[in-house]
Formats: sequence, structure tokens, C-alpha cells
Amino acid sequence: MQSEVMFAGFGGQGILLSAKMLAHAAMETGHEVVWIPSYGPEMRGGTAYCMVIMSDRPIGSPIVKNPQHLVAMNRPSLEKFAPVVKPGGVVLINSTLIPVRAGRDDVDELAIPVNDLALAAGSVRSANVVALAAFVARSGVVPIEALREAVEMEFARKANLIPLNLDAFNRGVKAAEAG
Amino acid sequence: MAKVLMKGNEAIGEAAIRAGCLNYFAYPITPQSEVAEYLAKRMPEVDGVFLQGESEVAVGYMIFGAAACGARVFTTSSSPGISLMSEALSYITCAQCPAVFVNIMRGGPGLGGILPSQGDYFQATKGGGHGDYRLFVMAPDSVQEAVEMVMEAFPLAEKYRNPVMILGDGLTGQMMEPVEFPDNLQKAPTNKDDWATNGMDTRGSDKRNLVKSLFLDPTALNAHNLLLKEKYARMQREDVRYEAYNTDGDYQALIVSYGTMSRVCRTAIDNLKADGVEVAMIRPQTLFPFPIDAIRQAVGREHCRLAISIEMSMGQMVEDVERSVQGRCPVEWYGKCGGEVPTPEEIMDVVRERLAG
Repeated sequence: MQSEVMFAGFGGQGILLSAKMLAHAAMETGHEVVWIPSYGPEMRGGTAYCMVIMSDRPIGSPIVKNPQHLVAMNRPSLEKFAPVVKPGGVVLINSTLIPVRAGRDDVDELAIPVNDLALAAGSVRSANVVALAAFVARSGVVPIEALREAVEMEFARKANLIPLNLDAFNRGVKAAEAG
Repeated sequence: MAKVLMKGNEAIGEAAIRAGCLNYFAYPITPQSEVAEYLAKRMPEVDGVFLQGESEVAVGYMIFGAAACGARVFTTSSSPGISLMSEALSYITCAQCPAVFVNIMRGGPGLGGILPSQGDYFQATKGGGHGDYRLFVMAPDSVQEAVEMVMEAFPLAEKYRNPVMILGDGLTGQMMEPVEFPDNLQKAPTNKDDWATNGMDTRGSDKRNLVKSLFLDPTALNAHNLLLKEKYARMQREDVRYEAYNTDGDYQALIVSYGTMSRVCRTAIDNLKADGVEVAMIRPQTLFPFPIDAIRQAVGREHCRLAISIEMSMGQMVEDVERSVQGRCPVEWYGKCGGEVPTPEEIMDVVRERLAG
């Protein structure tokens, strides 16, 4: 069984980092995993995106036309990738910045005011963690506790940021459960 | 050792250290600059040297100098940078010095682009620099294999006293995968007294080592080229590497593909199999020496009626596939370049069309 998650947003929204934390959690729970960033000119201020592929078998193609899931942090990302998500996938929409919806009735749409929740946790910079936690809570692609550990590991060398990010994490999980 | 999640570029840097290579000279270029970034931090921790040259031309000769002294040494670059190093590669090969060059290919020709490509196949396998020389060329398809190949590359370079090139692409360098490093670190061989200009004590003896690439006497230069030729033939006899994929069934077509492109082909082959279409693949892990015999045998199977070279280049590998197939079946090509990577769906369509056509 293979699943793919596309993370997309503005450069600077922590897209690559949230994808890395998911990849790490997937590896620690015994998955094969590949993390593929966009590293072209678009990463400088434009749209940044990053794909995580998880599987119970060795992963073939790192190029995936139709990802299983999408985490869209801004409007251009939603418009670009929502049409290609596989039916049944989770589409997480950062409703603070995106006033529209995916426009599909065959996906599991989850609209969450990601930036507002991050601000409530203490910093808008934790928006990526809010979105990641909400996405995993909804999709179950990895156990939520494995993800929490991956987030703690990621910030291990900046320990003062752990409480902020765990708060953001909990707000994301709660929002997914409510949504 | 436990698995760690690492970017290809960083894993290549770590693999070199674990291979006992403590000398790294380089000049930054996308998409492989993370190797330099990683080793700028890591080399001092292991008492190694990272020196950024003033250009890739300079780096090529830094490599030559260190290799001539018998040190394990390597560099990393991307396509245009390798072009600038190609003069030194010709000299180093002529002077028979071991060294490792990593090319994380980007789109060309010219400055091209920074996205993945396999457009340097000819440059790596047929020259790039001048004269009758060959590099030993390895092509990893994953971060783990990149690590293993870097670690094998140093002993191979020393076995043949010839540069080894690792040919990856932007995806190999930029993607992260779990990797496992071997527990035992290699030690660089210390005894290169038979050829290296390593400052050994020769008092009281007539022995002098000379590392050079100038042979003004035509008879001597011809003889030297014959010696190199025999070395390349020995590579072909002893160190061809490849992976055979789905070659057990009654396949109708054989794909030849390497590196990142071969992973896409593997997914296409799995999906085609689920649809009842059997296709096999030979994935060269060494591009020079090329797996000629494996391909010839694979197309010799009863139902195989087509070979397709699938590359992120405009058919550069086709001639090597043709000389392997030796007329047993038609050889076709499919590919894209410039940073476009064909999807599994595209490969499936191409295979179906070609088999129908």
C-alpha cells in the first residue's frame, strides 16, 4: 500500500519542514519513504511544494501525477493541486488564507484556519505544524503519536520552540477532530 | 546502524567520509551545493579538508594534485561544472591517478536549467575531455545506492588507478530517503609507494615515482594508450554491474533505463504487469562498463521483440543499447529532458503504443 502527500504553499511557510517531519515519522514507523522537494526557481518566494511518498514496499517512481492527499497552505496551491488528488484523499485547506474550496465532492475536504490557530499558539510560524497535525489526525497516514515524536525530534536542538510547536500540534489535532 | 533520513547530497558527503576520504575540493553549483554545505561542517570534525576552489577548473587540478600524492580525494559538481573539470579528468586518467567525481546532473546544454536530467551520458561514458580515455561510471537509483556506490568508488578507483564518476541527477541529490551506513569505516590504503609521489624516503635507492601525462615519444604514447585500453577492457570483464527487473516472465519488451528514470520505469512495469502486459528491465548500475552481455541475453528471450532505451536525455544511451542488442530486435528510444521527468503513466502508454505499432 502506497500513499502520497503533497504539501504546497508559499516559500517560507515551512512546507519542506512539515513534509520532512511526516517523512521522519513514516520512517520511524517502518515505512519506506521518499521526500521530494521542489527546488526550482519557484522556491524563491513563489509556490513551494514537497511530496512525501510512504509505502510498505520499496518505492519506485518519485514522480507522482496524482497524489493521494493534499495539504494546501495558500490559494494558488489549492487551485493547482486539488484537481489532481486521487478520489477519497484528504484535502486540507488553510481557510485563513484560502476563501475557496476544492470544488470536488469525491475527496475528504478539511478546512482549518491554520494561521489563526498558529497565532493562538503563539506564532504564525507554527502554521505548518498545525496543518501537519490536523492532516495526520484526519488521514491516519501515520500514528499521531509517532508524528508528535517526530516534531519533538525536529526541534530537539531548539528546545525552547518545543512547547510552542506542541501547542500548535494539539490545536491542529483538535481542529481536525471538530472538523 | 539505524536508518537515518537524509538528503542524497548530504548522504554522498557522509559516505565519502566513511569511505576514508578526508579530502574534498569543490565549487558550489545547484543542484548539488548541499554536499559542500554538509562537508564544510563535517570535514573539520574528522580532521579532513574541505577547500572551495576558485573555479571548477582549479578544483579539477586540486583533485589531480591530491590524487598524485596518493590521497583519497573526491569532488562533486553538476553538469556545467563537470565540463570545466573535463580537461583535468583527461590528465588524471592519463596519469593513472585514482579519484572520485560525482556529477549530480542538471538540464543542458549550456547553462541549461537546475532540474534533474541525464544529459551528460555521453560526457561521462565517452569522454568530455580529449584523448582516448574512459571513466568508470556508476549510476545510483536511490540515496542508499548512492551511499554504497560512493563507498565502492574509492576502492575501484584505486584498483584501476582511474577516476570513477558517480552519475546522479537533481532528484538523487535533492530527495530524502532513509539510509543505512555500514558500521565499519573504510581506511584509505596507506601504501601507494609503487606509484604515488607521496614523499616517501628513497635515500639510498634509485626509485623515483613520476606522475605525468606528457609522452612526447609517439611509440611511448601509443604503448601508454594500449595499457589504458587493456585497463578499460578489464573493467568490462570484471566489474560490470546491473539489476535485472521482472526478467523471469514471458516479457514482450525490454526497457533499458538507469538512475531516477529507472525507478519511474519500475513503477510502470509493475502497473503494466497488473494489466497483463509483461515488460522487463535491465538497469545498468555501471554505465561504463556497460552491461552488454546482460542486455543481449535479455532480448534473446523467446517473446521479447523490442528494446526501449528510456532516458532523461535525447537518446544518448541508444547506441550502447544497440551495440548490446546486436540486431536481435529493434531498439527504440523514449525520453524527455530539461527537467521534465516522464511519469509512469507516460511510460506505460509508450510501451503499449510501441508494442501495438
